[in-house]
Amino acid sequence: MSDKVKVTIDGISIDVEPGTSILNAARQIGGDIVPPAMCYYSKLQGSGGKCRTCLVKVSKGSEKDPRPMPKLVASCRTTVMDGMEVQNITSPEVVEARKGVVELLLINHPLDCPICDQAGECHLQDLSYEHGSEATRYEFDRRTFDKIDIGDKIQLHMTRCILCYRCVFTADQITDNRVHGILGRGDAAEISTYIEKAVDNDFSGNVIDVCPVGALTDKTFRFKNRVWFTKPVDAHRDCPKCSGKVALWYKGEDVIRVTARKDVYGEVEEFICNDCRFEHKKTSDWVIEGPRKISPHSVISANHYERLTPPSVVRKNPALLESNKEQFERVTKL
Amino acid sequence: MGRKLLLENINVPGINTFDVYRQKGGYRAVEKVLKGMSPEDVVEEVKKSGLRGRGGAGFPTGMKWSFLAKPEGKPRYLVCNGDESEPGTFKDRYLMTYIPHLLIEGMIVSSFALGANTSYIYVRGEMMPQIRILEKAIAEARNAGFLGKNILGSGYDLELYVQPGGGAYICGEETALIESLEGKRGNPRIKPPFPAISGLYNCPTVVNNVESIAATVPIINDGGDEYAKLGIGRSTGTKLISASGNLNKPGVYEIELGVPVEEFIYSDEYCGGIANGKRLKAVVAGGSSVPILPANLILKTLNGENRLMSYESLADGGFASGTMLGSGGFVAFDEDQCIVRNTWNYARFYHHESCGQCSPCREGTGWMEKVLHRLEYGHGKLSDIDLLVDVSKKIEGNTICPLGDAAAWPVASAIRHFRDEFEWHVSRPEEAMDRNYGLAHYADPLPKPEAVAAN
Ligand SMILES: Cc1cc2nc3c(=O)[nH]c(=O)nc-3n(C[C@H](O)[C@H](O)[C@H](O)COP(=O)(O)O)c2cc1C
Ligand code: SF4
Ligand code: SF4
Ligand code: FES
Repeated sequence: MSDKVKVTIDGISIDVEPGTSILNAARQIGGDIVPPAMCYYSKLQGSGGKCRTCLVKVSKGSEKDPRPMPKLVASCRTTVMDGMEVQNITSPEVVEARKGVVELLLINHPLDCPICDQAGECHLQDLSYEHGSEATRYEFDRRTFDKIDIGDKIQLHMTRCILCYRCVFTADQITDNRVHGILGRGDAAEISTYIEKAVDNDFSGNVIDVCPVGALTDKTFRFKNRVWFTKPVDAHRDCPKCSGKVALWYKGEDVIRVTARKDVYGEVEEFICNDCRFEHKKTSDWVIEGPRKISPHSVISANHYERLTPPSVVRKNPALLESNKEQFERVTKL
Repeated sequence: MGRKLLLENINVPGINTFDVYRQKGGYRAVEKVLKGMSPEDVVEEVKKSGLRGRGGAGFPTGMKWSFLAKPEGKPRYLVCNGDESEPGTFKDRYLMTYIPHLLIEGMIVSSFALGANTSYIYVRGEMMPQIRILEKAIAEARNAGFLGKNILGSGYDLELYVQPGGGAYICGEETALIESLEGKRGNPRIKPPFPAISGLYNCPTVVNNVESIAATVPIINDGGDEYAKLGIGRSTGTKLISASGNLNKPGVYEIELGVPVEEFIYSDEYCGGIANGKRLKAVVAGGSSVPILPANLILKTLNGENRLMSYESLADGGFASGTMLGSGGFVAFDEDQCIVRNTWNYARFYHHESCGQCSPCREGTGWMEKVLHRLEYGHGKLSDIDLLVDVSKKIEGNTICPLGDAAAWPVASAIRHFRDEFEWHVSRPEEAMDRNYGLAHYADPLPKPEAVAAN
């Protein structure tokens, strides 16, 4: 025990292994004091530090050097020190900065949640519920890109991308050949793809699961249904390429989508191969384990539409209200 | 005449060649170091000199060198930052063009001090002529035995390479520069680890500005203590200033730190006053990233003292009434210049140059640029002014690298000091398209400092 270090986050203390990040220490405590993370992904080396939603204030550096850190720091990339004190939701400065980051993340986002396949399991949507303001102050054209197919199974809708780089790290670390990266700079930066190669990469489908927004989606699932109308079930199969442990998403009798299993922070438990994801959509392909536990927080478990009134940020946009109407009506009929 | 250390021989014909440079006493510092000093001695001299980094942040060079990790079995690297892309700064280009051997001599001295056997000069990609000049100079120095194996029979080996930059301002940020040098996309790294621990190819690395490295030559020749006698307070030595804008004599000047700003602008030794008989309205004192100040605040501090060209004096008053020496890009604006337009122009630059890694900078720089564009072109609203301040605050301090701050400061300071002019653009949009706001009260004498109540 003695080599553990003690860190206090929003007044709650915990002993963790040296080298743990503030974010992971907070996750060990759990609950409301866990900073939101849009770019960090524990299974992807080098990820984090980019989105800045996980900013926290270090009010005491360590027992040895109690000076506070001069700026807010990215909790996902800052290592805890013994005696460190961190403020997250108890710091007005952090709350304000996070609100700013969310506002900035949304200014160029299309806010097309009603037609986005990610709606309901989108981290940006969750984030804007919790930290967004009522209306945007951004009065300019939003950045747009054309949709690009990455092979025949995956679609990139760059307009929705928040440049978290998770898919880039996935391509680097999980798949055999890197087939995609980033082109361009600043707000003109985009995810680029080397299309022909992507098709025959066994694990390329994982970029769909790591994407926190609806920028990378499963073309075999697109528009088939809204995720909250589907029922997730844990299942497995003997797969020569991956663990074969997946979540099947049912609508009625049909498997309409296969994904990896995700934890409460939206991270996959184990990456799965394209064979499992795209080629096995019959119940008979799988051994069913049982219904998947979905965090009560998630809109998926709500399974009805009340919680999905459009995010506060779009409530004032007539076009989006209009496009939501049909969905509302469908839900009330259910 | 102020003393010159770097540009003393700049007007000697042929000083760009090895032979003339050598005749004028060049490469003495290399001889001195290799024949009688240990690397620690060199670091000690640089520490004594009080030299502070000339690339913008002003961090003491000797201290930076002493932080360099020295693990067994790992090479260490010195990388010279010649990416110079900050609007208003053009001193490194001048030095590399006209007296390239000074930089090469400094590289040998500094590499020796750090125990580096391979060093790089990373030069902004657009500066192809300077890259050729440096390559020629390196070849000359090698032929004369000052580079390569066993330099001057001392047993010390050094290879020096010039690397053209990737064509992005962000590649001047030291960790982005390292990424770019490794052949990757020039994204700044998330720190820690700092380059002194893990830099180029994950080895301990020092990144220094061209001028900082060149300054080690006079420091070794004359001794650190002699160097520290020049300048004022903790701003020791001389500094190259790139003077531009509405000045009678724009150009690169070597000043002794501590020259009054007023003397720098108006004396014939330096800029010779404002061009065309106009009056001074504002100054950006250290390159586009530092806060802009109106004429009255750049000449005098709030305490009524003369403002000097030094790290401390320019920063006097913090950001409320001061600015920074930065990289020494000194831009003067006369009464006909529009601050809103200039602020928009800078914002446009930072928007274009943001690498796009972190959301506040990627999104915020574009937003500020668009709002400023609207203000400049007569479609602005009064609320835009506060919006800009708010967006700049959301960027400042919340980003991976200081480019976010560099984008936020010019906007925030322009509004802090020139709010009337912004408001006028909103209230009189048509007039603002036709003419400029003029000098207004920006050169008025400052109110007398209030006597501090005794308590
Ligand atoms: C966006 C950005 C651009 C920079 N550009 C340059 C540059 O062009 N030249 C330079 O010497 N330093 C530049 N710097 C500063 C470097 O990061 C680094 O601090 C400097 O090279 C260190 O050298 P010094 O200690 O000798 O000043 C830049 C920093 C930032 C954040
Ligand atoms: S496509 Fe998705 S995973 Fe990739 S960078 Fe964009 S938001 Fe992140
Ligand atoms: S602050 Fe701007 S330039 Fe620096 S890392 Fe972030 S996005 Fe890139
Ligand atoms: S999760 Fe830490 S910066 Fe994105």
